[in-house]
This record gives sequence, structure tokens and C-alpha cells, in this order.
Amino acid sequence: MANSDNNRRKFMATTLQSVGLTALGGLLWSGYTHEVKASPLVLRPPGAIKEDDFLKACIKCGLCAEACQNRETNIDRDTGLAKIGTLKMAKGGDHNLIGTPFFIPTEVPCFMCEDIPCVPVCPSGALDQASVSNDKGELDINQSRMGLAVVHKESCIAYWGIQCDACYRACPLLGEAITIETQKNERTGKHAFMLPIVHDNVCTGCGLCEQACVTEKPAIFVLPLDISKGVAGDHYVKGWDEKDQERVKDAKAIETTTKRSDQSSTDYLNSGDLY
Amino acid sequence: MNNIKYLLLRRVTQIIILGLYFGANAYGWKMLAGTFGSSLLMGFIPLADPYTTLQVLATGFVLGADVLLGALIITIFYMVVGGRAFCSWVCPINMVTDLANWLRRKLNLDKEEVNYRFLKRKTRYWIMVLGLLVSAVVGISAFEVLSPITIMQRGIIFGFGMGGAIVIAIFLFDLFGVKNGWCGHLCPLGAAYSIIGKTSLIRVDHDHEACTACMKCKVVCPENHVLHMINKESIMVTDGECTNCGRCIDVCGDDALEFSIRNYLKK
Repeated sequence: MANSDNNRRKFMATTLQSVGLTALGGLLWSGYTHEVKASPLVLRPPGAIKEDDFLKACIKCGLCAEACQNRETNIDRDTGLAKIGTLKMAKGGDHNLIGTPFFIPTEVPCFMCEDIPCVPVCPSGALDQASVSNDKGELDINQSRMGLAVVHKESCIAYWGIQCDACYRACPLLGEAITIETQKNERTGKHAFMLPIVHDNVCTGCGLCEQACVTEKPAIFVLPLDISKGVAGDHYVKGWDEKDQERVKDAKAIETTTKRSDQSSTDYLNSGDLY
Repeated sequence: MNNIKYLLLRRVTQIIILGLYFGANAYGWKMLAGTFGSSLLMGFIPLADPYTTLQVLATGFVLGADVLLGALIITIFYMVVGGRAFCSWVCPINMVTDLANWLRRKLNLDKEEVNYRFLKRKTRYWIMVLGLLVSAVVGISAFEVLSPITIMQRGIIFGFGMGGAIVIAIFLFDLFGVKNGWCGHLCPLGAAYSIIGKTSLIRVDHDHEACTACMKCKVVCPENHVLHMINKESIMVTDGECTNCGRCIDVCGDDALEFSIRNYLKK
């Protein structure tokens, strides 16, 4: 009797211990995993799904990076050897979720291969082929949205009045993703500013502009879409845009009358005792 | 001179497999590309690690068919050849922990075995389940963010970075900490393959009549509880935790151990 009591007590204690230690481990592990989620400032391969889903889906196999490295166009003409690919697999110390693919435009930008070797090889669905295909279902790298280039105008020498169109020339979608806007340079009175303007409906975020930028630290740089784009919010409606007006065609006005608003606003302004 | 037939065979297999993965990135070879998480064999046969696949599914992401098919192929393969054959014939960490184990014996660190109360061989199954739970809660494959196996493999293919630290940590843990600490107690991948390999057909067979009870096999075995039948019964090693490494066969001087095929029809 005493023995079976002892056994039961021991069993209860070890069970409690196992459950407790598992909970401890789970908390530590969850905390660590949560913290090592990728920095939001990471640029993913073309066709990457939304970052949160990408982190779930990426199985860290590296097939995209290998396809990028071994793409046909990646041969150095002088040596005949393969150049360094665009996509890197995050290592410990890269401050990105370990084992996930990313690229750094200042080192190697995305050259926007027409056959997009990195996307169809993805086995897990982290890179979505449909998002980089046109209406006919053909691969179209111009559809990709890896990020969006942003200009810091204070360090962009074109905004100083110096003629530079390095980013404009480097852009694979020349004249579409970056256009040059001319403005009169009031300082000299006889020159023009030639300002690079990025258009977010065209820019793929390949980073060739960032790599081409002549300033010490690039004045044009690619940021992930979530970071580089603002959101105006639903409550702003473009009164001049018929399509935008559609959003509010069923809206009803709610009128409330208070002591101060029982007169119409015109009456109030015309009443003459404003001062 | 000890017989090292299976040890050599394993090292050759491990190095060839890693070499093929390395060549896929460095030279564009098509034999075996990717990493253990998911690979492509001969350019068209998908392979995927079952536990990694389960982690991604646990995050709630509906995986592509290639990975699911790949995981199925790997599962069936290891159900036949012995689940933890992955551990001893493929996994690169095996070379690290085997080295730690060998050094442990040479440095006589085994003599004063410390009793680690919290670290039982069953711990790995807890970790395996916990890994899936954490994946579901946090939304990232939880083991993949710290798996020394794929960190080492990617290190060999793409470069180590700071990732080498965890490989060194595992080595030190196995050498100075717990004997067979990583592979035998903690690794959830090994736990998953133990379960997959429970029914496997290729097994080590023991001949009790030939055994002289020298116990060399038990000394060298990384999971020596699976050898409970030594010098007792003439039965097969059927425990899923056996890694089919064949070291016991190598060291046996009496021909009492040999690989054999499990026959489910013969009772």
C-alpha cells in the first residue's frame, strides 16, 4: 500500500515536472522564435508572398538562390565563370530569419531575368508564380513588386541642381518606373533641375537604381513595400475621380443639429458679428 | 585493427550527398539540389523532410504539392530502410557528434558519467511535439530557426557566417556535456525519424549463440538501450531509435551482429 502510494506520488511529481519543463521550454522557444522573425527591412525574391506568410511558407531549401546563382545570364564575360548571384541565404549574423532568401541591392541588385529562374523552382508556395505572370499566364518580371525605390532628396545631387540621371539610366523600366521632371532652378535663374521621380505602379524594387546611385550612400534606395508606402485611409475620397466616387455612392449623410449648427453655415458667416 | 567497413561507407555516403548539394549551388549540378528541408533529385523528383513539412503545416500555411509529395517519398523511403538511417548515413551533424563521442572515449570523459536528471532520451519526443506547437503559435517553423542540421548543411552550400557557432556548441555539448546529448536526447528530427522507422525492414540481427558478451557493441552504440538483447536472445534490433549505423557490426569480433531484412510474414 505504502509502496503504491509512493509510486503514485513519484509518478505525479515526474509528470508535473515534465509538463512544467515543457511549458518553460515552450515559452523560451516561442520567445526566441518570435524575436528572430526577419527584420521588416528585408527584400525578398520576386513573387514573394506577404512577408508574414512568407515566413511561414519558406521551407529554407535554397532552390531559388541556387537558380539565381546558376542562371544562364550570370556568366562573367571575361572569365567565363559564374558571378555572385543576387539572392543570398540568410546566415547567422545576417540579422534576417536564418535560411530565408533575400538580396541587398547595393551589393547585387535583381537583374530581372525574363525567365525568372528563381520563382518556378519554389516548392512550397512562398514564391507565387501567378503574381509574376501576365494575363496570358506567361512569366512577366515587370509584374514583380520586391519593394519600392524611394528618393532622399536632400542627398540626391539632382535636387541640388547638379545634372545626374544615373538612376534613371540604370532603371530596367527606363522612363516608366523613374521619370525625370524638370523644374526651373531659381538659384541660377538659367538652369533646370532634372529630378528623378519614382512611380510606384511600375517600380519593381529591383534595386538597379540604388546600385547605380553615385552618392556615397545611395540617395535612392529600395525599401519593402510595407515600409515605403503610406496609406491615406478609407475616409479620404477623391471627389474628382469617378472610380473613387463609386466607393461612396451608397453613403448617406447623417445630419445632426445642435444649438450652434441650427443656423446654416452661410447664415452664420453672413451674420456680421464675427469680430 | 578494427573493422570500419560501415563507418567508411557512412562517411563516403555523407560526403557524397553533401558534395552533390554543394555542387548544385556552386556548379549548377542537377543531381541533388536544395537542402534537407526540400530538395530536387535528378531535377524533377521532389524530396522533403517530413518534420520540416509538418512544422510549416503547423503554422497554418497550405504548402505546395511538391513539398507534400516530397515528404511522402522520404517518409516511405525511411519506412523501408530504417528511419534513423537519415541520422547516421546522411545528416552532417552526425560527423560532428561522432567526433565528439570518439574524443569522449579517448579522453576518458565517459568514466565519470554525470547523471543528468532532466535529460532523458524521451526528451526529444517532447521537443518534437513542442516544436510543432511553437510553430503554430509563432507562425514560423520553430525548429528550422535553430536546427544545427540545416544550418550546417546551408553553411557548407552557401557559407557559414555566424551559423558555425551552433555546430561548435553541439560539439562541445556532446563532448563535455551529455554523452550523445544532441542526437540521442534532444534532436526532434531524429525523434521523427525514430517514429517513421519503427516498422522498417532493414535491421541489425543478433545471433546470441555466436556472442561472447564482450560488450564492445554497447560501448560504441550511440543508442545502446536498443541493444538490450545482446547475449540474451537471438532477435533483431527493432527499436526505432536504432540509427542503422552499423558500428556494432563493425566492432563485433564474433560475427554475432549483421544487417538483415525483417520478415513480417514469418512469425
